[in-house]
Amino acid sequence: MGLWNAIAVGFKEIWAHKFRSLLTMLGIILGVSSLVAMSALVEGMEKGSREALVAVGGLQKFRIESQPVPVEQRHLRDFATGVTLGDVYAIQNNAPEVLKISPEMRLDPPPTIGANGKSVRTWSTAGVWPVQLEMMEHKLEHGRCFNEVDDELARSVCVIGTGIRDELWGNPDETGEEVIPIGRTLTVNGYPFTVIGMFERYESDSDRKARLLRKAEEEERRAKGLTNNVTGPKRMRGWNGNRRGGFAFWIKNNTVYMPLNTMWIKLLSGQTNRPSDKRLSEMEIKVRDVSKLELALSEIRNVMMVRHRGIEDFNFRTQEDWAEQINVFIKNARLSGGLIAGISLLVGGIGIMNIMLASISERIREIGIRKAVGAGALDIFTQIVVESTVIAVIGGLAGLVASYGLIQLIVAFTPTDNAPILTVGAMAMAFAASAVIGVLAGLFPALKAARMNVIQSLRYD
Amino acid sequence: MALLELRNVSKIYHLGGEEIRALDDVTLDIEAGEFCSIIGPSGSGKSTLMHILGCLDSPSRGTIKLDGVEIQKASTSQLAQIRNRKIGFVFQFFNLLPKLNVVQNVELPMIYSGVSGRERRERALKALELVELGNRLKNRPSQLSGGQQQRVAIARALVNDPKIIFADEPTGNLDTHTGEIILELFRNLSRQGRTVMLVTHNPEIAAVTPRRIEIRNGKIADKVDARLAGLDRKVAGAGAAAAH
Repeated sequence: MGLWNAIAVGFKEIWAHKFRSLLTMLGIILGVSSLVAMSALVEGMEKGSREALVAVGGLQKFRIESQPVPVEQRHLRDFATGVTLGDVYAIQNNAPEVLKISPEMRLDPPPTIGANGKSVRTWSTAGVWPVQLEMMEHKLEHGRCFNEVDDELARSVCVIGTGIRDELWGNPDETGEEVIPIGRTLTVNGYPFTVIGMFERYESDSDRKARLLRKAEEEERRAKGLTNNVTGPKRMRGWNGNRRGGFAFWIKNNTVYMPLNTMWIKLLSGQTNRPSDKRLSEMEIKVRDVSKLELALSEIRNVMMVRHRGIEDFNFRTQEDWAEQINVFIKNARLSGGLIAGISLLVGGIGIMNIMLASISERIREIGIRKAVGAGALDIFTQIVVESTVIAVIGGLAGLVASYGLIQLIVAFTPTDNAPILTVGAMAMAFAASAVIGVLAGLFPALKAARMNVIQSLRYD
Repeated sequence: MALLELRNVSKIYHLGGEEIRALDDVTLDIEAGEFCSIIGPSGSGKSTLMHILGCLDSPSRGTIKLDGVEIQKASTSQLAQIRNRKIGFVFQFFNLLPKLNVVQNVELPMIYSGVSGRERRERALKALELVELGNRLKNRPSQLSGGQQQRVAIARALVNDPKIIFADEPTGNLDTHTGEIILELFRNLSRQGRTVMLVTHNPEIAAVTPRRIEIRNGKIADKVDARLAGLDRKVAGAGAAAAH
């Protein structure tokens, strides 16, 4: 019997038992759609994480920060200086693999930023060199950044992110008017600073889309004459915790940068016991070539070791750790999701096998007749395997369609920053898995049918 | 050389350690073109003999030659091929597939011998013309009378142009009149030179065939029981009437 004949017979058999076949397919449909939906979700998460990684500078970048002296060097702790501005100059001069280096001085505890009768605390308040803007991928939208002169003269100027503006002068989405606070004054721990620049708003692609959509809808409502019936001031403060993946963007938006010297002279001096060497919270370093990251690290390590006289009071923090964490997380998510979807596919396969067994025991006589007129064991075997495969493949196709709906459903119920991404690879894999399961589920029933005795099955009632 | 040659064929079943000889040392020749009946009481082994002759089953001992080829050692799939190409079956309960219509049922053996779709249809139509059912092609078996169903079964048996046709109680499930029509069909086939074997316990039918083989306790009886073979005068008269 040709394959086409077998497939035609398979379709006829499915059509003859529509409801039963549909129920059987349901298992495969659920399995395939959950597999595809899961992979789309993970794909979305991965994209979101990578976006966040790029937002903070990518793999080329790493950080050196102070750390407590290790146990075996405790007796030297009085000589430990931590990361200092002197280190920055030394690395600049002695490590050729370093492309950019940016020192950072922060206040601990985080300072209170005040203006307009409101106040906000943020960890991202730092004294930096202008190069920090390139380092952290900041983009100025309004005003200017401070320059070497501002740094030299320790002027009280600052550049802020939109998050700070939102907190102090109101969010344009809520107030309806955009405040550009250039020239206004804010206070950092009580010291007045002039805002001379503001960054653009950082957000993930999906956040931006969602925000623009909201805005467009609102404008449409206004155009129709409907008022925005907000009953009172809505207050959203800090990081809105249920928005996963947006943390990196939120931190970035809540930045307050001032010249390093300003931070040192006006806010920090007198706090350290060794004012002669300006202590940093950390420094950010960008290397020329990611592939030579190891070389750059050892160069810098040598410089640092010499300057610190062998005291390891500093620590390297590469983004590779983060990238690695992302990879591990994605792998785990994929594994657990795949496992669950795989189990549901397996259950679907068992359902098919079950129905095929029921089907052949109700067709014993038919099989006997087919054999009597000349069907070989292989013909019967093929027919049953093809039937179960046809069920599984139809179920798989339906599952692909269902997966689209499932993803929409998941998105509707759990709005995440990371929109799921439907990939052709995942769909192809899920479909192939359904076909394989169909074949496997058919094997045992097919073997049973092929082995049936002709005479006994002819006599069966 | 005979079409079918059986030499010392035995079929032995083991039931709970007990040996049951369904066929015991049967030697038999059937020539091409013969019209022959196998008779015998229930449990005599005539069905077993037909199964072995019809390649549905293999003997425990002995040799069988069909058309010059020894088949006692053939595998199940080889037997399936032989059934497909050389043997046609007609059963007591018709054994048509209820989900297929008349043409599809007749086409069934050709599906397994790899005949192309168009030729299948042509040959099926020709076979159905032969049994005068050319007008019921699209009907399901359940929409046909018993006699019509049996004629479809005969068309199916003929469609691959077999060397030999086996009919197992072909009239057993039909009324007398319809049975006569079916029997007449077999006689016509025999007249056209086909080899036909009827298995029956009905003396009237046995009387129609020129040759009768009686099985008793798994052996071929030396002398055919006149009453069973329909040679008893009274029954013979009825048989002759049935034949005409």
